[in-house]
Amino acid sequence: MKNKLIKFGAMVASAIVLATSIPAVATAAESNYSYIYDYWGDVQEMPDSYAVCNVFTSAELGLDLKLNNPSGMFVKDDTIYVCDTGNNRIVVLKRVGFDQIYVTQIIDEIYGDVEEKKLNGPTDIAVSDEGNIFIADKNNGRVLKLDSELNYILEFSKPDDSSLTEDSTFLPHKIVIDTAERVYCISTGINKGLIKYEADATFSGFVGATKVDYNFGQYLQKRFASQEKLKRMESFVPTEYDNLYMDNEGFIYAVISKFEDEAKLKTGDAQAVRKLNMLGDDILVRNGTYHPFGDLYMGTGGGYTGASQFKDVTVLDNDIYICLDGNRGRLFGYDDQGKMVFIFGGNGNMDGYFRRPVAIEHMGKDLLVLDSLDCSITLFTTTEFGELIYTAMDTFDEGEYEASAAAWTEIMKQDGNYELAYIGLGRANLRQKNYSEALSYFELKYDEVNYSKAFQQYRKKWVEKNIAIIVIVILALFLIPLGIGKINSIKREIDREDFFKK
Amino acid sequence: MFNSLKNPETYSKYFKSLKFAFYCLSHPLDGFWDLTHEKRGTYAAANTILFLTVLTRLLRLRFTSFVIQKPVYWEDINVFVYIASIVFPLALWVVGNWGLTTLFDGKGRLGQVYIATCYGLLPYPVIQLPLMIASNFVTIEEGQLFNVLGVISLVYAAILIILAMGQIHEYTLAKNILFTVATLFAMLVMIFILMVFFSMISQGVAYFISIGKELMFRM
Repeated sequence: MKNKLIKFGAMVASAIVLATSIPAVATAAESNYSYIYDYWGDVQEMPDSYAVCNVFTSAELGLDLKLNNPSGMFVKDDTIYVCDTGNNRIVVLKRVGFDQIYVTQIIDEIYGDVEEKKLNGPTDIAVSDEGNIFIADKNNGRVLKLDSELNYILEFSKPDDSSLTEDSTFLPHKIVIDTAERVYCISTGINKGLIKYEADATFSGFVGATKVDYNFGQYLQKRFASQEKLKRMESFVPTEYDNLYMDNEGFIYAVISKFEDEAKLKTGDAQAVRKLNMLGDDILVRNGTYHPFGDLYMGTGGGYTGASQFKDVTVLDNDIYICLDGNRGRLFGYDDQGKMVFIFGGNGNMDGYFRRPVAIEHMGKDLLVLDSLDCSITLFTTTEFGELIYTAMDTFDEGEYEASAAAWTEIMKQDGNYELAYIGLGRANLRQKNYSEALSYFELKYDEVNYSKAFQQYRKKWVEKNIAIIVIVILALFLIPLGIGKINSIKREIDREDFFKK
Repeated sequence: MFNSLKNPETYSKYFKSLKFAFYCLSHPLDGFWDLTHEKRGTYAAANTILFLTVLTRLLRLRFTSFVIQKPVYWEDINVFVYIASIVFPLALWVVGNWGLTTLFDGKGRLGQVYIATCYGLLPYPVIQLPLMIASNFVTIEEGQLFNVLGVISLVYAAILIILAMGQIHEYTLAKNILFTVATLFAMLVMIFILMVFFSMISQGVAYFISIGKELMFRM
């Protein structure tokens, strides 16, 4: 009896130990730093795909004059250019090794044959393959082209267009350059799209203006309004771009952060990020369950309200683009099909959180985020999980479908909720002509486009294999009723024949 | 009552009247005239068609391919709402139509209006059920056809119901259309009255509940 009691006591004790230890493990794994939306729009936590490698403030960079409201960043190879707008200068940094960045040069003056040699509130910079430096010298109203020794070559000034009035100031805000050194510029206050300059600084037109949207009621109201009333009414104007990035194929990714009607983002009538071709048409692929506009939920929470406000975008070499949300301080990664890859970040003072992020750039697969209030640069490097995602995608693009499938399988082991793993495995199987496996993966994640592709092949193969049976069934369907009819009519004839009647 | 179930003639009449619904599909004018005047329609067949329609509506949620129809989030589904989405408008239509036409020379009785309306619903299960099965064997490009066929099934049913009303009430076409519109208005009026009724009931109940709470609070 006593023995039994002791045994029972031991069992209870071990059960309590087990019960208390299991939740402890579960809470330790929770971080909520990275997440993703599933098919139903529910938040699913995921392993971090990026981790903070280092955060560089003015002190860590060894700057005597602290950064003041930096607003633009550009990365070329391992050199980082930061526009220190508040101090009217550009800080050139170099990344050495895995987690070290040093200041190499400070540009606050230019040389050569030009009147105004000082910069005044530079907001963006770009460097061409030839080494020429382009600076959006915002408050001086010019875009400068300098050679690598900072000698003045030429400048891009206010576009000569009839729609711009004489007294309006030209405030070039963000620039990109293409391989032929043509300049595309966003200017504050000009909403006709991107200003395009030829390499010789002549203005060649506006590209990619957003469509003006208004409904028929607004049109009628405007049509019959009096002059005084018209003046008070807001005019229908296209929204201005906030930032832009040129990918390695020459397409411009442009982001817009402010919308009159944020609900239109969900329906796709307004686009937070657009991919512009040379004609200025939006060619971004939006095959994801949700359009790429950041957080799906726009309600108030944690002191923030409204939709995500994309302040900057960068495009990795594998066509994954990462948008920077200035509202909630998050980074949104989307793949070339517009499917969500990762979301991470947030507002706060810890490493990996931001206070007012304004610019994002990438160096290989590492990400750099510039915070204008914190005056810091955060360097993110991929984790094992992030590396696996990129491996899976890159091997797929190279045609090594087995390697891709292996990587996606590993990802699925680490995060069974990760939607892209299923679709990736399905696509790898589709390419390897394992149609029925592909179908089951696509069906699990409701990817109807890929499912249709796989099903078309599967159906074709099935028909080819069973063609004999199909023909027999169809023939039978026609011949059996025919035969029955024939037999019946013969029967009737026999019945009618006098010979058989006695 | 149950004695008739032992009579084989009951079943043959039932199947005959059910088969007659298909004749109404292809010959609506002739068919719906005979439905009441020759007494070729039965309540049993009408109930069967209504049951099939509701069943199709429910089965479609689960068995239509996700390629054609957005998958259903089962946590949000209330089956009774889906059943009511067919039965409730049908009841309003039948009552509203009978109530109006009986004042304006309509020859049909309430039961006949019900039978004819249910017979008119037949295109829905007849078209949607095979569509539902076929949807699992198509790709997204071929899916466009499904939307068209789905709309056709609804329009076909609507036309059948309108023609049926004209035949059983012995109305001319113009009068028929007029009373179709009037019936729709009658349905709206009934919905309005029902809503007023329910809100008044709930307020009345709330009043007594609050009195009870107040009493308990004071004592």
